[in-house]
Amino acid sequence: MLAFLLRRLLLAVLVTLTVLTVSFALTRLSGDLAIAIAGPQATQLDIEIIRKAYGLDRPVIVQFFDWVWSAARGDLGRSYLYHEPVANLIRARLPVTMTLGLTGLLIALSTAIPIGIFAAMREGTVIDRAVMMVAVIGQAMPSFWLGLVLIITFGLQLGWLPISGVDSWDGYVLPGIVLAFSAIPALMRLTRSGMVDALASDYIRTARAKGLSRWSIVMKHALRNAAMPVVAVAAVQLGFMLSGSIVIESVFALHGVGYLGWESISKNDFPVVQAVVLFLAVIYILLTLLSDLLNAFLDPRLRTT
Amino acid sequence: MSIRKIAASIGAVIVLGVLLMAIFAPLLVPHDPFAQDLNLRLVPPSFMEGGRSDHFLGTDQLGRDYFSRLIYGSRISMLIGLATVITSGLIGVTLGMLGGFIGGRVDMVVMFIITCRLSIPLILVALAVVSLIGSSLTVVVMTLGLLLWERFAVVTRTTVMQVRTLDYVAAAWAAGCSRTHILLREVLPNIVHHLVVVATLEMAIAILLEAALSFLGLGVPPPLPSWGLMISEAKDYMFFSPWVIMVPGVSLFVLVLGINFLGDGLRDMLGATRDA
Amino acid sequence: MSALLEVSGLRVRFNEKAEAVRGVSITVNKGETHCLVGESGCGKSVSALAVMGLLAKGGIRTADALSFAGQDLRGLTEGQMSRLRGDKMAMIFQEPMTSLNPAYTIGSQMAEVLVRHRGGSKRAALDRAAALLGRVGITAPGLRLGQFPHQLSGGLRQRVMIAMALMCDPDLLIADEPTTALDVTVQAQILRLLMELQAELGLAILLITHDLGIVARMAHRVSVMYAGKVVESASAEALFAAPTHPYTRGLLDCVPIPGKIARGAPLGSIPGTVPRISLGFQGCGFRDRCGHADASCAQDVPAQSFAEGHDYACRLPAGWATERAA
Repeated sequence: MLAFLLRRLLLAVLVTLTVLTVSFALTRLSGDLAIAIAGPQATQLDIEIIRKAYGLDRPVIVQFFDWVWSAARGDLGRSYLYHEPVANLIRARLPVTMTLGLTGLLIALSTAIPIGIFAAMREGTVIDRAVMMVAVIGQAMPSFWLGLVLIITFGLQLGWLPISGVDSWDGYVLPGIVLAFSAIPALMRLTRSGMVDALASDYIRTARAKGLSRWSIVMKHALRNAAMPVVAVAAVQLGFMLSGSIVIESVFALHGVGYLGWESISKNDFPVVQAVVLFLAVIYILLTLLSDLLNAFLDPRLRTT
Repeated sequence: MSIRKIAASIGAVIVLGVLLMAIFAPLLVPHDPFAQDLNLRLVPPSFMEGGRSDHFLGTDQLGRDYFSRLIYGSRISMLIGLATVITSGLIGVTLGMLGGFIGGRVDMVVMFIITCRLSIPLILVALAVVSLIGSSLTVVVMTLGLLLWERFAVVTRTTVMQVRTLDYVAAAWAAGCSRTHILLREVLPNIVHHLVVVATLEMAIAILLEAALSFLGLGVPPPLPSWGLMISEAKDYMFFSPWVIMVPGVSLFVLVLGINFLGDGLRDMLGATRDA
Repeated sequence: MSALLEVSGLRVRFNEKAEAVRGVSITVNKGETHCLVGESGCGKSVSALAVMGLLAKGGIRTADALSFAGQDLRGLTEGQMSRLRGDKMAMIFQEPMTSLNPAYTIGSQMAEVLVRHRGGSKRAALDRAAALLGRVGITAPGLRLGQFPHQLSGGLRQRVMIAMALMCDPDLLIADEPTTALDVTVQAQILRLLMELQAELGLAILLITHDLGIVARMAHRVSVMYAGKVVESASAEALFAAPTHPYTRGLLDCVPIPGKIARGAPLGSIPGTVPRISLGFQGCGFRDRCGHADASCAQDVPAQSFAEGHDYACRLPAGWATERAA
């Protein structure tokens, strides 16, 4: 168990380092950063000044290690646009993105798991097929378009929910639903196939032979085993949802981390772009780590060996 | 006929239809999709109140014929979908074969690369790349191709590992065939059905991603009629003319649904898996 | 002796084409071991599952009579059946490795049976579980209660299954090939345990097996099944002394039974395999493999009696085997 943990940690560190390199290399793609920052109207002199001011005149390798070293100490640089430490910008916007992500995950799990169980208990019937078909249909919905349609329907025509911003809790409902949509099909299929396998297993036959109630057989004995991969995948899905929240944040005008990333990309604010990419990657890496740990914790076969 | 077979047939019809639409777009369009007519802005579709018979799906905010733009937009979606699948397929299958067939250290490296790729926030990085290099159709295709290979890699790796241990591969080894021969002649043909299914899934994802990038303003540049861009340009008018986002949105949805139905049908037919 | 479980004319099918069990009749008396013998695929496990109401999805059960301790089981709902299962009638299975839930401790899986059927606290149920684990020969029962199935060997898991089946002090234990998946030495231990428990608790056991060695050691009564039917049923002594159905004779010829077969005598074998019985099949299921078959075997098979309590299903007269030998 300890060896497994150490191996996982080492992997996480290596992946983080690679992502660091990639996100640094990314911003050097355009060639001369100084020209991009200075904008189209800048003179040669402006560009030179900017180059000096941002330390872009140093060799790339020096800039890289300087950045990695700073990032390792938690200093992600300063925004060109806001003239503020990037870490502060991210910290200020994190609650919105996290609330959105968790709302989405909650909606996704509370929809996908019951439906998955329901379909599994009617495996092979028309109901089962129809439910799975709905999953495919949901998957085909472009999330930004779904967001707009929900805004028109529930925000404008029915007037039930706010159409942008998160001044109160209900501002998270529509974006949460849209975000959940992307995760529901995968979680639903996983729940269903896990339950189908579990319900056909020998230990369920034993549970029935013991005369347990149907509720106990399905909810205690089968679900407990089917839920293990679902919980693990849910953690990973949360990672995808957070990094995918950029689209939804822009549709609903939520000023979260994704929105910050989008804004800084369109305004050539490279330190922020670098930092947001790194930040989302690290969150994802931590979530996969968490997922492995959850799996090991939930599965007694892994926990006790 | 079962519900799944019906769905698969519907999917095939949709995909074929959109493909034909893309190929014969210049012959099908009633108007020049780029021609603006500022006197005829936001005309509703002909079947709605205030519609005009010469603009079947109405016009956009610049008075361009929506139906014509929709037809030309199918070219972008199909092109993005196919080109991305080819690029990402080449990368993913190569990596997956290396990892699955050689194994050992090489496999560890392949797994590491896949893990790194999964950690990178997809949309953000795609946006950044397009923004830095400059938006064009080629850049979008290349970016998506370079980012969307991981499912190909995972499925190839897993299936190659399964096939590698089968008797006919062992027989080929015993017969003294070369590694390359075994990989290309014995292994590849036996995993190709899995790859076809992955390809449909990736195509759907690529089309949705292009639309999302274009929607965010960092995908296909205007005035190209990408469906995502059409939604983006129309969203300021959607409160008064909801159909401006419904037309391209429903088209995207139907195309992606068709591809997914087709993929599911192929999976059932070929006995392949699409889950990584 | 009075009958505890009475089954008559039991039929099971899973689809429109094939019938797995075609009219099986078995009577298990209180406190006796009844062995149900046959090759794999003959329908013996399905019969047992049908009695317990545990048929897999799609299985359809019909019976002329099906009663347990005087209660007719045919009309019972799933809920009513579940009240009987694990309480008055318990079952253990062939695969101890997979029959326990990997996610719960031994103690929790054992305790829930008692809590379900008798109520009471989990603590009290755990005490009884510990006592029963001790009874089935598991050392350090307190420790085992907190362990998970994967931490136990196959033999231990089968002991746990037996202890779990005894939680509510059942009258009938159905054991479906309980030792097939175990090592030979462990097999002997488990069988001895079952015999001891029976003597001690007055348990009736319906033991399903393909192993005639086990039958010879364990059985009071034996029913031999072939192709979804009981072809011969007798007390164990009578069956081994005078096997009458050609299939039973063939089966006995295949196995060396100490003291019953001469040293050095060649073992027999039955040609062919168990047929798949389609719905509406007529006549004797064994006729294609039988050396004594004739045209009449394609008609309905007469039920005959060799002696009191010794029945067989074959057209051959009762004394055919002994006459030939003489």
